[in-house]
Amino acid sequence: MTDSAIHIEDLSVGFGAKTVIDKLSLDVRRHEILGLIGASGGGKSVLLRAVLGLIPKRAGRIEILGLARETDSAQERREIGRRCGAMFQQGALFSSLTVLENLEFPMREYLGGSERLRREVAIAKLEMIGLAADDAAKFPAELSGGMVKRVALARALALDPDVLLLDEPTSGLDPIAAGEFDSLIRALRETLGLTVFLVTHDLDTLNGVCDRVAALYGGKILAVGPLAQVRDVDHPWVRAYFRGARGRAAKL
Amino acid sequence: MTAPKIARVTADGGLRLEASGSWIADHCDALQALIDEAGGAAAAALDVAGVERLDTFGAWALARVRGEPRAALTGVRATQAGLFAAIERLPPSLAPPPFRRARVADALAALGRALVDTGADLVDFAAMFGRLAITFARALRHPEAFRLRSIVHHLDRTGVQAVPIMAMMTFLVGAIIAQQGFFHFRRFGAQDYVVDLVAVLILREIGVLLVTIMAAGRSGSAYTAELGSMKMREEIDALSTMGFDPAEFLILPRVLALVIAVPALTFIGSIAALAGGGVVAWVYAGMSPPIYVARLSEAVSLAHFEVGMIKAPFMALVVGIVAACEGLRVEGSTDSLGRRTTSSVVKSIFLAIVLDGMFAIFFAAIGM
Repeated sequence: MTDSAIHIEDLSVGFGAKTVIDKLSLDVRRHEILGLIGASGGGKSVLLRAVLGLIPKRAGRIEILGLARETDSAQERREIGRRCGAMFQQGALFSSLTVLENLEFPMREYLGGSERLRREVAIAKLEMIGLAADDAAKFPAELSGGMVKRVALARALALDPDVLLLDEPTSGLDPIAAGEFDSLIRALRETLGLTVFLVTHDLDTLNGVCDRVAALYGGKILAVGPLAQVRDVDHPWVRAYFRGARGRAAKL
Repeated sequence: MTAPKIARVTADGGLRLEASGSWIADHCDALQALIDEAGGAAAAALDVAGVERLDTFGAWALARVRGEPRAALTGVRATQAGLFAAIERLPPSLAPPPFRRARVADALAALGRALVDTGADLVDFAAMFGRLAITFARALRHPEAFRLRSIVHHLDRTGVQAVPIMAMMTFLVGAIIAQQGFFHFRRFGAQDYVVDLVAVLILREIGVLLVTIMAAGRSGSAYTAELGSMKMREEIDALSTMGFDPAEFLILPRVLALVIAVPALTFIGSIAALAGGGVVAWVYAGMSPPIYVARLSEAVSLAHFEVGMIKAPFMALVVGIVAACEGLRVEGSTDSLGRRTTSSVVKSIFLAIVLDGMFAIFFAAIGM
């Protein structure tokens, strides 16, 4: 057992002649919430997708909970899928299933067991995430943008994973909902020993939730550490990011 | 990972339950068994000091074990307090909204709705026809509104690229009709009239129908899917917001391309079908090509050719209008995209055949 939940070593990812991620190394420790920041189009989502195994890497190594991402063993891949919950930026809810079925689907496939318990836990998760039980029978097309986000988070949590990967979780949520989401993430981390790796631009999330922040620039990790420490790194992009009007307004 | 367990202890206050082990999702089956077992135990308290691991499944299972009203909770570990508190806030029983049972009345209602929808369809198609007519009339006054680049692009896709498959298909059908004609007409010595059969059938009906059906399957479905996914991604809304008319930019070029392509393909297809008939006449019935061509020129009058060609642009219009209407009806889900594409093809082929029947009556009445 290593100390890190996600271990990335000398990772390179690119498309054609372009290298997006360049020999990047990063460790996400167990039970911590790590926020990844970076310029738009700077490779944050690419890094996240590489960790999720959706983009092939050119070189390097990715381990999740001590299991190699590119394992050939179908059983280990399933294990990673079971232990790792992901929430996509657009929600990626299955549009032919109702909200409740979206949550029950991974539970049914991985856990089997009692349908009643699954259904109740699915509804419990919806309630915890701030949706009414009445919404459970709706289809994703009938939900508002903010509700889609919440359902997507509930689905990422459906299996009570150890590692949670979130792509811009609070974008599109109103400040109240975003705040609730932040405290929910913290509460879940406390009780489930969750490790959270999230890509965000929400300075309040960075400030209120993240234990450490990693700044991605030019395909490499510029700095990683507590927010106060990263904020003071002397680099033009970091300065521009935190010293901009919005950074100041967030009262860091 | 130890399995979840419940021990029953009878203490001074009454029954006390003591939970221990890992109350997590992996023991989903065991958790349900424990809930069933503890059902209605009416315990005074539940002690959770022995619970090593806990997740939402376990916390919910424990809430169920506590019964209703919930038994007091003791021995909560600090790390688990947050999750217990989160569960505590939930209502005691979580039932999904009931699903409606299907009844006979529902089937009748569906039938009625389908009928009403058919009426609405016709109104919709007429509205789309009117909308296109207005856009077309406006474009006649301002020719730059014709979006020539877009028309050419769609003409290439629906017309030029369709030539090989259309020619091959109609060639085969022409050959099959000729073969069947020779085979059956030979029995009563009427093989001389096979060429008449082939020529009249292909030029008047088969050529244009086959091409229309193929165009509906090949291009109409593509139009519906394209417009539908644009609708889903709000591209059409974006276009309208900029003050542009989607009918001018998206629909008219597609429909015009189809109205040009289908007659051209009908012509090519009819020739290919006649060639197919000729090959069979030569190989199967020993009728040399010069004789076949001479028979053709006797059998075919310009009227037969005209009947087929006049119908073609109207068929194209039906396919185009239905495809555009169905595309704009797509809603948010991928499910509806699939359904709309299917109904675009089915409705356009059906309406094309109905239109063909009406044309047959019309041409008979005017003696063509």
